[in-house]
Amino acid sequence: MGTRKNKINAASLLLLVLFAGLAVLMLFPLYALMLASLKPAAELFRYGLNVRWDWALMSLDNYKTIFAGSGAAGHYFTWYKNSLVITAMFTVLSLLFSSMVGYGLGVYRFRGQNLIFTFVLVVMMIPMEIIILPLYELTIKLKLINTVWGVILPFVVAPLPIFFFRQFAQGLPKDFMDAGRIDGCTESGIFFRIMVPLMAPAFGAIAILQAMNSWNNFLWPLIVLRTTEQFTLPIGLASFVSPLGNHYEELISGAVLAIVPILILFLFFQRYFISGLTVGGVKG
Amino acid sequence: MNSRTWAPYWFVLPFILSFLIFFAYPLFRAGMMSFQQVLPGDVQFVGLEHYSKLWNADFQAALWNSTRYTFWTLLLLVPVPMMLAVFLNSSRMMARNLFRSALFIPALTSVVVAGVVFRLIFGELDGALMNSILNVFGIPRQQWLYSSSLAMVALVVLAGWRWMGINMLYFLSALQSIPKDLYEAADIDGAGVMRKFTSITVPMLKPITIYVITITLYGGYSMFTESYMLWAGKPSPQNIGLTMVGYIYQQGFQYFNLGFGAAIGITLLVITLLISMLQLTVLGMFRKED
Repeated sequence: MGTRKNKINAASLLLLVLFAGLAVLMLFPLYALMLASLKPAAELFRYGLNVRWDWALMSLDNYKTIFAGSGAAGHYFTWYKNSLVITAMFTVLSLLFSSMVGYGLGVYRFRGQNLIFTFVLVVMMIPMEIIILPLYELTIKLKLINTVWGVILPFVVAPLPIFFFRQFAQGLPKDFMDAGRIDGCTESGIFFRIMVPLMAPAFGAIAILQAMNSWNNFLWPLIVLRTTEQFTLPIGLASFVSPLGNHYEELISGAVLAIVPILILFLFFQRYFISGLTVGGVKG
Repeated sequence: MNSRTWAPYWFVLPFILSFLIFFAYPLFRAGMMSFQQVLPGDVQFVGLEHYSKLWNADFQAALWNSTRYTFWTLLLLVPVPMMLAVFLNSSRMMARNLFRSALFIPALTSVVVAGVVFRLIFGELDGALMNSILNVFGIPRQQWLYSSSLAMVALVVLAGWRWMGINMLYFLSALQSIPKDLYEAADIDGAGVMRKFTSITVPMLKPITIYVITITLYGGYSMFTESYMLWAGKPSPQNIGLTMVGYIYQQGFQYFNLGFGAAIGITLLVITLLISMLQLTVLGMFRKED
């Protein structure tokens, strides 16, 4: 018995070492980025990205450049604000619509239901990048180019959250619906007053997922947003390296600051996130 | 009007509208555009002209790069996250939650930020991180972003870093819904660790595995931002970083050749549909479950 136990301990110790190594490897690029943000950009050009701690060189100058907001960094906090606004609107609307659709598909039986669900799966299987050109044309026709709505509308009703809410809604107790009906509650009343609170874990998980997607979205905003004042943060950051010239001071400190909100969101809600995904059960 | 009859239609209305306006119509329009020369205020039918010009060196480079990238990401981003999730789900594993977070944190960063970091890591200077690691082993410095195979290494490493945590999380969530009594029954029958893994874990993970393969295929063929950031928005040397979506973007938004861009899009649609069908057939998605 004793040897068996020792063997298990040795194995889990080895695992622990392996995972610690992997965790260091995964976090290392972010550590390197943070370190680089404390050094002058000239250092990057002379030596490339390295991980030397050189106290004499390190300062908060790059961050001061960003906060001073002169030159290339002039619009940084405008982009930050744009990203916050778009992420908040996108997440709220996405939660509203996908919970409605997922609930409708999950708890009712109605004509055309299977067809609509098939369409949800089809949208999930086809990369949206295929239709960006006609979508761009449509956005111009609808006069949504260079607007917040142009960024949000085409993708706010997304298939994955719908699928997830449907799975979740299928597991909700139907008795509550009947009880609500007997008390004279309307169907939408049943949804908003009874079912939405029951779906709270699903809302938590999908909120984080959609906020992440929106905050980090690149290709579509790059196409829709034409003027510098309208850029979101990723588009603005990308504009710091361009054929017209590079601004590494702004780029590196700006990139570090861009991670902050989503990291805070994750650290606060991570328990909720993993358990929410589990309860909903993305079962394919 | 019976509200209970009509209620489901109200609930699914946002999807129907969004599907018709922002999916079905643009898809139909993409098909139409691919037979047209689209200039502002002047649309001409050109038949199969775009498709006949499609098989050129740029297209071949884009298709080759996207396919290679998809292949390597599938190889890296399905089995490895599955194994990681199995370990991180085991109650014997120490500091599980800490490792889950550590491995997931890269997934929180935008591909733009990831692209910036990896562009610097794979810099061509002696002191740049990758090259200084090579130096330790006595290997001369490499110009990572100037050769096709080295650039692919950089892209795949970036993808591995950025997407590992997400796929791991999908596997973790599926693992937690496997009933515990299956393992208890196996314990009673005297099954070993490996036997339990191959006879219970892997089969029970099949649906999520199919899902992860599907999104990895999808992500592989729709990759754009990684490549755009590694070469800082400039064309990569000899198109070593050109992808299918990069080619659509270049034709549509840099050369304003919307019709040709749409033809690339339709071709990409056909490719991804064929591969998805093949994948689902091979993995037996269409077989009747007993």
